[in-house]
Amino acid sequence: MIGSLYAVYRKEMGHYFVSPVAYVVVAMFLFVSAYFFNLYVREIVEQSFGMPSDFDAPAQMLRAFLGLLALLALFLMPMVTMGLFAEERKRGTMELLMTSPIGETDIVLGKFLASLTLFVVMLVPTAAFMLYIWLHTDPAAPLRIVLSGYLGILLFGGCLLALGSFISSLTENQLIAGALTFGLFLLLWAIDFGSRGAESALGQTVQYLSVINHYEDFSRGVVDTSGLVYYLSFIGFFIFLTVRSIDSLRWRRA
Amino acid sequence: MIEVQDLTKAYGPVTAVDHVSFSVNEGEILGFLGPNGAGKTTTMRILTGYLPATSGTAKIAGFDVTTDSLGARRHIGYLPEVPPLYLDMTVETYLDFVLRIKNVPADKRKGRIADALEKTNLLDKPQELIKRLSRGYKQRVGLAQALVHDPLVIILDEPTVGLDPKQIIEVRHLIKNLAGTHTIILSTHILPEVSMTCDRVVIINKGKIAAIDTPQNLTMQLKGAQRIFVEAQAPEKPFRELLAQIPGAGPIELSPARVHGRVTATIEAASGRDIRSVIAAKVVEKGWPLYELRGVNVSLEDIFLELTTDDAEHSQASN
Repeated sequence: MIGSLYAVYRKEMGHYFVSPVAYVVVAMFLFVSAYFFNLYVREIVEQSFGMPSDFDAPAQMLRAFLGLLALLALFLMPMVTMGLFAEERKRGTMELLMTSPIGETDIVLGKFLASLTLFVVMLVPTAAFMLYIWLHTDPAAPLRIVLSGYLGILLFGGCLLALGSFISSLTENQLIAGALTFGLFLLLWAIDFGSRGAESALGQTVQYLSVINHYEDFSRGVVDTSGLVYYLSFIGFFIFLTVRSIDSLRWRRA
Repeated sequence: MIEVQDLTKAYGPVTAVDHVSFSVNEGEILGFLGPNGAGKTTTMRILTGYLPATSGTAKIAGFDVTTDSLGARRHIGYLPEVPPLYLDMTVETYLDFVLRIKNVPADKRKGRIADALEKTNLLDKPQELIKRLSRGYKQRVGLAQALVHDPLVIILDEPTVGLDPKQIIEVRHLIKNLAGTHTIILSTHILPEVSMTCDRVVIINKGKIAAIDTPQNLTMQLKGAQRIFVEAQAPEKPFRELLAQIPGAGPIELSPARVHGRVTATIEAASGRDIRSVIAAKVVEKGWPLYELRGVNVSLEDIFLELTTDDAEHSQASN
């Protein structure tokens, strides 16, 4: 029911924004991304001297910056998701949720959407950096790349959060949940490093499985179905697994 | 209101709850009494839908807890052993959240919160963060959480744990007041709690029901044998011999009294005969000053030990 989903969502948002969690995560994210943005701008400006006139500085800049956002998300989001279920299990509040007339799907979706909202809140201020690029480039950086880039980071973050929720539902230990999420996602990121450019079917499959490959398409302004399908099914799959895992807690408990 | 039939829960080879059957009528308070690890919490967790049963059925307000779990859960308020509190919420936002996940409509929430705060004596703390509250207050917030949505059935796992004596009395009062309009199951390993609050008692041990009855009837059962306490100023050996000669007197336990020179004795007497007058007459006849003579009530504690202790352990405990 939408009412209970919203109740869980509201509770999670309260948890993020009443406590210092959200402020610390968002502030760190913005501070580090601003620092790197500054570096990138200098670097690109220096590089562009002596480059042929078709050197697309703004597009280069955007790609570098979007790549950075993904990297920061990889570092910060496991810290957000590690507590999602692990903490409820440890504190015994899972017992309240699971004895209330509320379905597991509502619990999982409410929590997932709240963490996604926090991620969006992190991203919104970075629009200022985009505006800066847009104001200081001529011809202006294409809006299409900015939009598809942000769609990409949103989907990329969604995958990270979905995987993180699932792992958090498996353990009562937050540190284990955080470390596993970080490690597994990094592996999914780097899974194709050995097969870059390979033509074989296996190589192609491995490249498709990498979470970052599709993101690179998005950050070039290419929104293709294959990427969308990959990300949406990744998110759907891990949300489904989380629901099953929460449901199976009843049976696993000894 | 609550129907439990042959409920069994096995964790691998260990049977935590073994073919338990009982029922609770509307408005009744049922006490669950048993040593730690007897299966009280497991039974309650099955009733609340937190754990699935291995076999058997349980119905809450007509809803089967397995096949119609959401329906059953709609009518339950539950306080687990550890109160399920969100420490960074205030008492009020926490209760509001509970009402939302219990599907209570928006227009009723404010009134329900005020009502629960009043019942649990929390009116001075609605804006306090739960993590700042003392143990006793946290326990009360846990109780408020179990009754805030005005459920038909309230299940309380050790509701008085961690409270000071004054708070324990308050909570017992509260539970008594809730009966009638609510059906209540509470578990405890504190015996007086059961005789003070419950209409009926289930004594559970090693997953099996040892007895179900009213506290009064359970006490009566063991009253078959009567116990008499005597204190007199007498030399020990002749005193014991005198008591042993009285017809109807069973085993005697003798021990020196606190006052020097006096002896106390506890005598197990056969039922149906009041031998107190005979004892008084004999003692006085010997010229021994008699200080005290009374029948001892067999307490629930004795019944509890009787029912939950193996014979070997029991005889050891009474030595």
